[in-house]
Amino acid sequence: MGATRIIYLDHSATTYVKPEVANAMAPYHTEHFGNPSSIYRIARDSKKAIDAARAQVAAALGAEPDEIYFTSGGSESDNWAIKGIAFANRKKGNHIITTAIEHHAVIHTCQYLEKQGFAVTYLPVDEFGLVSPAALEAAITEQTILVSIMYANNEIGTIEPIAELGAIARKHKIPFHTDAVQAVGNVAIDVKAQNIDLLSLSAHKFYGPKGVGALYIRKGTKIDTLIHGGGQERRRRAGTENIAGIVGLGKAIALATADIEGHNARIRALRDRLMQGILAKIPHARLNGHPEKRLPGNINISFEFIEGESILLWLDDEGICASTGSACTSGSLEPSHVLLATGLPVEISHGSLRLTLGDVNTDADVDFVLEVLPKVVTRLREMSPLYKGKDGGCNVQ
Amino acid sequence: MYSDKVMDHFKNPRNVGEIENASGVGEVGNPVCGDIMNIYLKIENNVITDAKFKTFGCGAAIASSSMATELVRGKTLEEAWDVSNKAVAEALEGLPPVKMHCSVLAEEGIHKAINDYRKKQGLEPWVEKNPHSHDDTEMSCGT
Repeated sequence: MGATRIIYLDHSATTYVKPEVANAMAPYHTEHFGNPSSIYRIARDSKKAIDAARAQVAAALGAEPDEIYFTSGGSESDNWAIKGIAFANRKKGNHIITTAIEHHAVIHTCQYLEKQGFAVTYLPVDEFGLVSPAALEAAITEQTILVSIMYANNEIGTIEPIAELGAIARKHKIPFHTDAVQAVGNVAIDVKAQNIDLLSLSAHKFYGPKGVGALYIRKGTKIDTLIHGGGQERRRRAGTENIAGIVGLGKAIALATADIEGHNARIRALRDRLMQGILAKIPHARLNGHPEKRLPGNINISFEFIEGESILLWLDDEGICASTGSACTSGSLEPSHVLLATGLPVEISHGSLRLTLGDVNTDADVDFVLEVLPKVVTRLREMSPLYKGKDGGCNVQ
Repeated sequence: MYSDKVMDHFKNPRNVGEIENASGVGEVGNPVCGDIMNIYLKIENNVITDAKFKTFGCGAAIASSSMATELVRGKTLEEAWDVSNKAVAEALEGLPPVKMHCSVLAEEGIHKAINDYRKKQGLEPWVEKNPHSHDDTEMSCGT
């Protein structure tokens, strides 16, 4: 392995914890360790810290503090929102509407509910990954009890028209949940203005710790409990609070939403140079996702005639961390359901590469990837039986 | 996740390329499944004197092609026919379970190339002794 420096381009998978966040958390491991449910002073310190973090999360979303519930992360928040709404409203109806490009935390939860007797509509997306508000409107029936549509896609970065979709659900008095795990910190969110009733988020996607997240539940929303036990989180989510994690989540979301526009402008400039550079330097490459309506750090490109895992292995050898929608890294042998939903042919989905930029990335990183990636693609194409040389074009149809 | 041997054969693949006027060619796999191997053999006096490959696929697919071509070079057709997918995987110091189908593909590619040669010679193609049911190698790409 030759690489000495690491160029991290997988921020949608997870981020490092910012030192300010780690520092804010540290005393809650060692000093302020009291159980917030206890009566003595060190417990009161823990309680105060949780209240402060709740206010920070609420402020970042335009919500009220008592609408924020801490969880173990994005997957729990999605499970709670979907199962909680479904089970609380099963007498009203059995129909759930979601999309074909959701994270597995949503899709597999909906599939589980199908086995429990619920009916689920998976809305299709267009070639850019966009959900059509008209299609949502048309899918709603008298039986519909939940609409769950992700804010921004984790693979292709497409940002959905959330306010418009939320307005349709609101008009029909149907609870509207959005998995905003990839959006928080990257897109300005206002749950009230955007007609959102439930929103999932996870701290480790915006420089906070792993294992902690939150679910926003609009006041008055009828929802069952997912985790039963003690009376924590106003009796709605049992379990002794992950105090240090919650403090880290609060600090991280405050930092991430303090200057979203300024932060985005920097990341977007780097991203655009990298994205355009790749498309200009490498033939037979196509951008997945929407050209503009996409997360500021997201690049997802398919390279014809080659396979994604072999691209990742070569990039890793150069110290570049990336990911792919190819089946070969997932263990399932099925390529990305998101890429397939956009209509990308299966064989081209295997050659996709996702690069997601974040705060650590620099112009030098972009230059390095633009130097390395074309060589990797050329090398793999030279050994691919599908590649017939520069003029041969594609025989994969 | 991969052994050092797999990484070595992935990063420095042996025998990449095509053989012009190859004695036998074996094309196996499917782009929809994410891997295709083309195996080219040069055969003189019943001995494989050269073997090359072109592969579209993951690290394990490229390493399996490289190792399989190494293993059959210099062997008689009978010996080469007996190079099993397990032999390829063992020579690579193991493959992850989900990647075993890559070694199966390599064995099938060699067999197909040998039978291509036999057919060109007007000989009966040899029959697979233990045809791989793809189920036992977790090959689930059903297309």
